[in-house]
Amino acid sequence: MFFDLAVPSQLMLAVLPEIVVIVGAMILLLWAGWGDDSPERTRQVTGGAAIVSTIALALVCWLWASGTTITPGLIAADNFRWASSAIVLIGTILTLLLAIDYNERLGIISGEAAVLVLLATAGMMLLVAARDLMIVFLGVELTSIAIYVLAGIDRRSAKGAEAALKYFLLGSFSSAFLLYGIALVYGAVGSANLTVIGDRLADPLVSGGSLFTVGLALLLVGFGFKVAVVPFHMWTPDVYDGAPTPYTAYMASAVKAAAFAAFLRVTLEALPNAFEQWHTALWWLAAITMVGGNIVALAQRNIKRMLAYSSIAHAGYLLVALVTGTSAGVAALVFYLLAYSLATIGAFAVVSSLAGPDDRMADLERYTGLWTVRPGLAVAMAVFMLALLGFPLAGGIGFFAKWYVLQAALQAPSPQTRLAVLLVITSAISAGYYLYVIVVMFMRPRDPAAAQPREAQFATRFVIAASVAVILLLGIYPNPIVRLARSSAPADRAIAPPVLGAGAPLAPAAPLLPAAALVGTP
Amino acid sequence: MREFLALIHYNLWILPALLAIPLLGAGTIFLTCRSAPSDPDAEYSCGDRVRNLALGVLLFEFVLSTGLWWAFDPNMAGWQFHVDLPWLPDLQSRFTVGIDGISLFMVLLTTLLMPMAVMGDWTSVRTKLRTHYALLMVLTTGIIGVFISLDLLLFYVFWEIMLVPMYFIIGIWGGSRRVYASEKFFIYTMGGSLLMLVALTMVWHTSGAATFAYDDILASTALAPVHSLWLFGAFFIAFAIKVPLFPFHTWLPDAHVEAPTGGSVILAGVMLKMGAYGFLRFGLPLFPAVALEPAVRGAILGLAVVSIVYGALVAMVQPDLKKLVAYSSISHLGFVMLGIFALTVQSVQGALMIMISHGISTAGLFLLVGMLYERSHTRDIAAFGGIARSVPMFAALLTLVAMSSIGVPGTNGFVGEFLVLVGSYQTYPIAAILAASGVIFAAVYLLWALQRVLFNPLTRPENATLADLNRRELSVMGVIAVIIVWLGVAPGPVLRRMELASRNLVQQVERGHAFATTQKRVVDGD
Repeated sequence: MFFDLAVPSQLMLAVLPEIVVIVGAMILLLWAGWGDDSPERTRQVTGGAAIVSTIALALVCWLWASGTTITPGLIAADNFRWASSAIVLIGTILTLLLAIDYNERLGIISGEAAVLVLLATAGMMLLVAARDLMIVFLGVELTSIAIYVLAGIDRRSAKGAEAALKYFLLGSFSSAFLLYGIALVYGAVGSANLTVIGDRLADPLVSGGSLFTVGLALLLVGFGFKVAVVPFHMWTPDVYDGAPTPYTAYMASAVKAAAFAAFLRVTLEALPNAFEQWHTALWWLAAITMVGGNIVALAQRNIKRMLAYSSIAHAGYLLVALVTGTSAGVAALVFYLLAYSLATIGAFAVVSSLAGPDDRMADLERYTGLWTVRPGLAVAMAVFMLALLGFPLAGGIGFFAKWYVLQAALQAPSPQTRLAVLLVITSAISAGYYLYVIVVMFMRPRDPAAAQPREAQFATRFVIAASVAVILLLGIYPNPIVRLARSSAPADRAIAPPVLGAGAPLAPAAPLLPAAALVGTP
Repeated sequence: MREFLALIHYNLWILPALLAIPLLGAGTIFLTCRSAPSDPDAEYSCGDRVRNLALGVLLFEFVLSTGLWWAFDPNMAGWQFHVDLPWLPDLQSRFTVGIDGISLFMVLLTTLLMPMAVMGDWTSVRTKLRTHYALLMVLTTGIIGVFISLDLLLFYVFWEIMLVPMYFIIGIWGGSRRVYASEKFFIYTMGGSLLMLVALTMVWHTSGAATFAYDDILASTALAPVHSLWLFGAFFIAFAIKVPLFPFHTWLPDAHVEAPTGGSVILAGVMLKMGAYGFLRFGLPLFPAVALEPAVRGAILGLAVVSIVYGALVAMVQPDLKKLVAYSSISHLGFVMLGIFALTVQSVQGALMIMISHGISTAGLFLLVGMLYERSHTRDIAAFGGIARSVPMFAALLTLVAMSSIGVPGTNGFVGEFLVLVGSYQTYPIAAILAASGVIFAAVYLLWALQRVLFNPLTRPENATLADLNRRELSVMGVIAVIIVWLGVAPGPVLRRMELASRNLVQQVERGHAFATTQKRVVDGD
């Protein structure tokens, strides 16, 4: 299918999934606002939002299968967009299912929350489609504003309000960085279109200019905040801990996936000619994120905070795939995002179902001996932990995800051997906290006086079972996803041939200085 | 027998079947007795049903695997029972399995010891039986998979997968420090193997092989010397932790002592051999130039000798019988490493022979210690004395197994140690002489322990009433006794089956080394 963006009907078709999500959100908003607020209505609206997302997912799959091409313009219609949208929508559907149970458990009557989830999803779908920095910013804002509200949707929770405020302040701060970076890049290059930026940066006078370099640095900082890499991660544990668990799952999976997808598209489509400049910076970000995230996670005794640091650590692994700058890296990133999202949502689903009536029981001590009372939940949680650890078979798809990133890193034209070694060493460190969860659940006797955890509700149970099944099945036979991930990566010619010699630079070779001499080669 | 096996196409299905049967068994065990878990009586009768089922599956597996002994052609080089199926076409990896004279005995040892571990440890596991035996089944698949994989990625998957069941077995059913021991075991092994994963990917990438198949990579290995030192180092750490070689051994006493008896039997009997097997299958053939580099080889042989002497000396001062056996394993595995890196046909055969006989005799020792613990609830050597009078059969069998562990002529332990010492004396006489002291130390610590446990005056009244071995325990230990004597008196058939593979290995590694040396000379411009 070919889209000419100048033709309105074809433009409409190219953004059909987004339109469906937004129109669905509007209708559901009216429906939620009409009539009484009742738990019944809240459940219907949330369920309706899940259905809308499913329709959008079906549309994305249809567009994906029909092999679309598009004239250059504001948005992209390539496999990478469809793959990222699909991951985002899967995360959305699972989140909404968790939210149904969450609302019921806490007695929250607010159908609007589901509408906000849909709006955030629309923002993320725009974000992964964006081929223009303005659309990137639009997507980021649409997503972020909805999520600020979602973080504090439980008005009675002081912690939720704190999380929302913190996220709002730091989020707007980072959006400002991003916007300023976009403005400076626009000033230096003369366009906000990714393709045009990519072409114009071939001129060393442009890419070596200090205006562009500062703009690039600000862009990296902005994206660094959004995907939560060290040292821009400070908001993550507090927000993840304070927000309602289903929306924490949403932030950790779909939002992170979308931000990474946009980050990837910007670096690889707009900035291949500035490879030397961002490469070193991202190399160091990846390294300190893997080390920092994993080591701090070891000290956590609150499972939501632990998963927050784990998500930071995974951002480091994902950056490794990004740093390679090859199409194998793109494929690895897509594959990893899917595996990570499934395992993270699953883990948060278990946390959510055990969170108790006020959603505040995230202390790991409460999981002591869980195996004896809720064997199914304990085994599922063990699978998610092993998947995040990257263990073969028992951790299912997690192993292939990590291995794929490793392979991409080692096979890049400039092999990232040091990052690969750091990745496996930090993975071994991460065994310390992932296994701790398993130890607590399986190897400690349960206090007979401890309260019996409640049965997981139906939708939550479905989310957990579905994630476990998919993780384990793909762990034995990952071929279809590998193929999809590979097809979603652009051909290598779109990406600058990174020639850096063996290994990454050891010295922090001033990534943000004007490097005209380095980028002189066309 | 061979005609019959050929008739049923034994060679085509046996290896996948050996992998699949325990998994099916695990599923069946998990589905047995799902009802009435709260009723203690039902639990008990159910317990026996689960145990019988587990034992049945593992015995069936063993009986099937014995066909390998006859169907294996000792005069045929290369892989036998080779099966090659597509698995991950997009990741250049296939499901390729096969065995040669090296892995043949590892597989047989596994299938033999698994039912013994179940039968000899019938009563000590009392809770969560279904899970325990299901995990044992998965463990069986994982271990056999490690020994038969001929694809590097498949090997890695099996190598990691056997970690999970063992981790749970130690961590849930182990002794008082089980959590610490199981975590240490997991993190040590996983840390080592993750480095191996990087190295493995690098080997595949730099060798330019089309797939992860072992043969492909071996055929096209052209590693730069600088790289191969690091890559060998990564493989070395992964395998040395598993062996374990001093100073990577600290997980072993914890894991072996805390594991339940069955777990200890499998750990010591089979899983320690995976490290040595890794050196034989991957460490040496993939990196002949590095492994035979005099400095590297000397350092590893030095560590092997240190392991032998250190393990024996530490075993000597252990007050705990199980810990004594655990440290004796370090000493014995030192002999294996000596034999492998001395790299003569005799020493490699000897190393393989020690791997087998250590599996048998250490399994026997752990089972006997477990049986004693079941009766007296202590493993403290000082708590016994003179119990030969109250438990004569136990005493006789413990003496026999201890003799085998010492390496007295006429038992299986002698053959391997003798071959290793003779073989390594040809290339490394000093190492061989130092290692020989390990045999003497072994006699000291085991005989001294025997004296204190079995013979000294019977001072404690509670020891006078210990029950002797029952029929089940006698039958398990009887099998071990028969094998000890059989391998000690007539090791010929075993040695013949491993000879060709050992010879090929030695020649292949030496050829690789010579090739690398000449190449280096060309590069250096000599």
